[in-house]
Amino acid sequence: MSTLTESRPRPAVPAGGPAPARQGPRGLRSWASVAWFLVPALVLFLVFVLAPIGVAVYTGLFKWGGAGPMDEFVGLENYTRLFHDRVFLGDLERGLYLIVLSVTVQLPFALFTAVLLNQRLRGRAFYRMLFFAPYVLSEVVTAVLFTMVFLPGTGMADHLAGALGLEGLRGKWLADPSTVVPTLFVVMTWKYFGFHMMLFLAGLQSIPDEVLEAASIDGAGVWQRFRHVTLPLLGPTIRISVFLSVIGAIQLFDLVWVMTAGGPNHSSETMAISMFQFGFKRYQVGYAGAISVVLFMISVVFSLFYQRYVLRRDLSGAITPGGGR
Amino acid sequence: MKARRAARGLSLHAVVWLIGAFVAAPLGYAVISGFKSTGELTTNPFGLPGRWEAGNYTGILGDGMFWRQIANSAGIAIGTTCCTVAASAMAAFVLARYAFRGRELFYALFTVGLMFPFAVAVLPLFLLLRTFGLLDNPLGVILPQAAFGLPTTIIILRGFFRTIPAEVEEAAVMDGCGKFRFFWRILLPMARPALGTVSVLAIVASWNNFFLPLLVFDSPTWQTVPVGVQQFQGQYSTDYALVLAYIVLAMVPALAFYAVAERQLIGGLTAGATKG
Repeated sequence: MSTLTESRPRPAVPAGGPAPARQGPRGLRSWASVAWFLVPALVLFLVFVLAPIGVAVYTGLFKWGGAGPMDEFVGLENYTRLFHDRVFLGDLERGLYLIVLSVTVQLPFALFTAVLLNQRLRGRAFYRMLFFAPYVLSEVVTAVLFTMVFLPGTGMADHLAGALGLEGLRGKWLADPSTVVPTLFVVMTWKYFGFHMMLFLAGLQSIPDEVLEAASIDGAGVWQRFRHVTLPLLGPTIRISVFLSVIGAIQLFDLVWVMTAGGPNHSSETMAISMFQFGFKRYQVGYAGAISVVLFMISVVFSLFYQRYVLRRDLSGAITPGGGR
Repeated sequence: MKARRAARGLSLHAVVWLIGAFVAAPLGYAVISGFKSTGELTTNPFGLPGRWEAGNYTGILGDGMFWRQIANSAGIAIGTTCCTVAASAMAAFVLARYAFRGRELFYALFTVGLMFPFAVAVLPLFLLLRTFGLLDNPLGVILPQAAFGLPTTIIILRGFFRTIPAEVEEAAVMDGCGKFRFFWRILLPMARPALGTVSVLAIVASWNNFFLPLLVFDSPTWQTVPVGVQQFQGQYSTDYALVLAYIVLAMVPALAFYAVAERQLIGGLTAGATKG
């Protein structure tokens, strides 16, 4: 599946093995000549990735409107306020809800589609391309498209609900607090299931046919082969998929901002939306900084735990992110 | 037996077709609605337009703003890709092929960048860019995007550079080739497939970024496609057919790029996940 691995020449160094300590010519191992190559990336990384984290931590300790001197030091007050903030606690709850939905609905759906398209089926190349296409679109375009689809009265969804006898849903979708998050989840699934399907397809193709044949000779049926051969062998891919879904759900912004801006009445707000609201609309920049820090802590703690306890057996450190949500 | 297999094939097709409808219906709805007037959209939501009106589409295509946003997005994507690939290739080169003190530490430093969601950095980035005077400047989007692209790019390129056999470098050195010459004249040309993959990933990420350009660009001069789409929707929020036509046209470059670069895009995205 991966063009990278296919076109690779034979590795000079076993992957994940010890560092290739090669005697470079003319003292090339010396630090000075190496540094020259590292500097551009290091500077970019320090200034635009690491420094902002520091700035967020610092800003979060102040009460500050975003302009003028930062002189009202409040210590951890922003954080105590945060954990009594109904909306922020709701953000956490909604984040968790979206993660649960992703893992229990979206990923199985993607896996099902991948298994389907891994069979000999006329037009499967076309279907693969079609299912992946939404992933290439920006979240904003997707959001505007579905704003139109779910428009009360005019949109396609209302007409469809009418035709299917789901009168109760008409006019609700994004407009009602009880349906907005599931509706957003449908849009997320539309956009991202193709990405996970591609991951699963790559994983499925790395399972040797002989293994499945052997199971079949031993009398395993279709379901048993899937349950006891395919699924365990797909373990690493599934674990990566879950990881990317969680990271994506934690930082969800564009889609929600354009479709609902967190409404109605905060019922679809995410952490990133709260941060944006306080930082850029309500000029409580210190408080928004504290939200950034918490968002950061959650994703780092989750990533470390996940890598330590779940991914540890799978990989030598390489994950391609790119946002599966 | 034969009949059963045929039935199974048929139901398989039905299921795939149904999923295809779920994906394609919103897209088809948008394309067709773009040819209607908003009035007709309300009375005739699903049918083909009574009269195919290309006015929505041609109006947008005749508007300089649309093309300006495309040009801005393209320029920023190219700038981001050049920065991130150049800086990553240099770093990945020494991280892959030379032993020096602290090498694994540097590599680890870059890989932890994978854990930092972009959303975390947006607010402090805005403050930093304001201090540097980079607001309303394309560099204010290009440099942070390039920085956040480093981890993935370095991981993929380092993996590729490690696969190029030591003999190649030894032969080059025998011919009197210095480190920089080897990197520039031999390693990079050999790494073309990997460079293609990481470039495609960087272009797509930049093209679709919304959060940062939304904050950095105050005036329409530099607005990118996603920001433009959002603004357009705000401005013409009641002219549904026109908004749908706009997003259809905004989709075209991304889908065209996908059609051309499908292999690199999917290869790059699945590269890490299939290593297990």
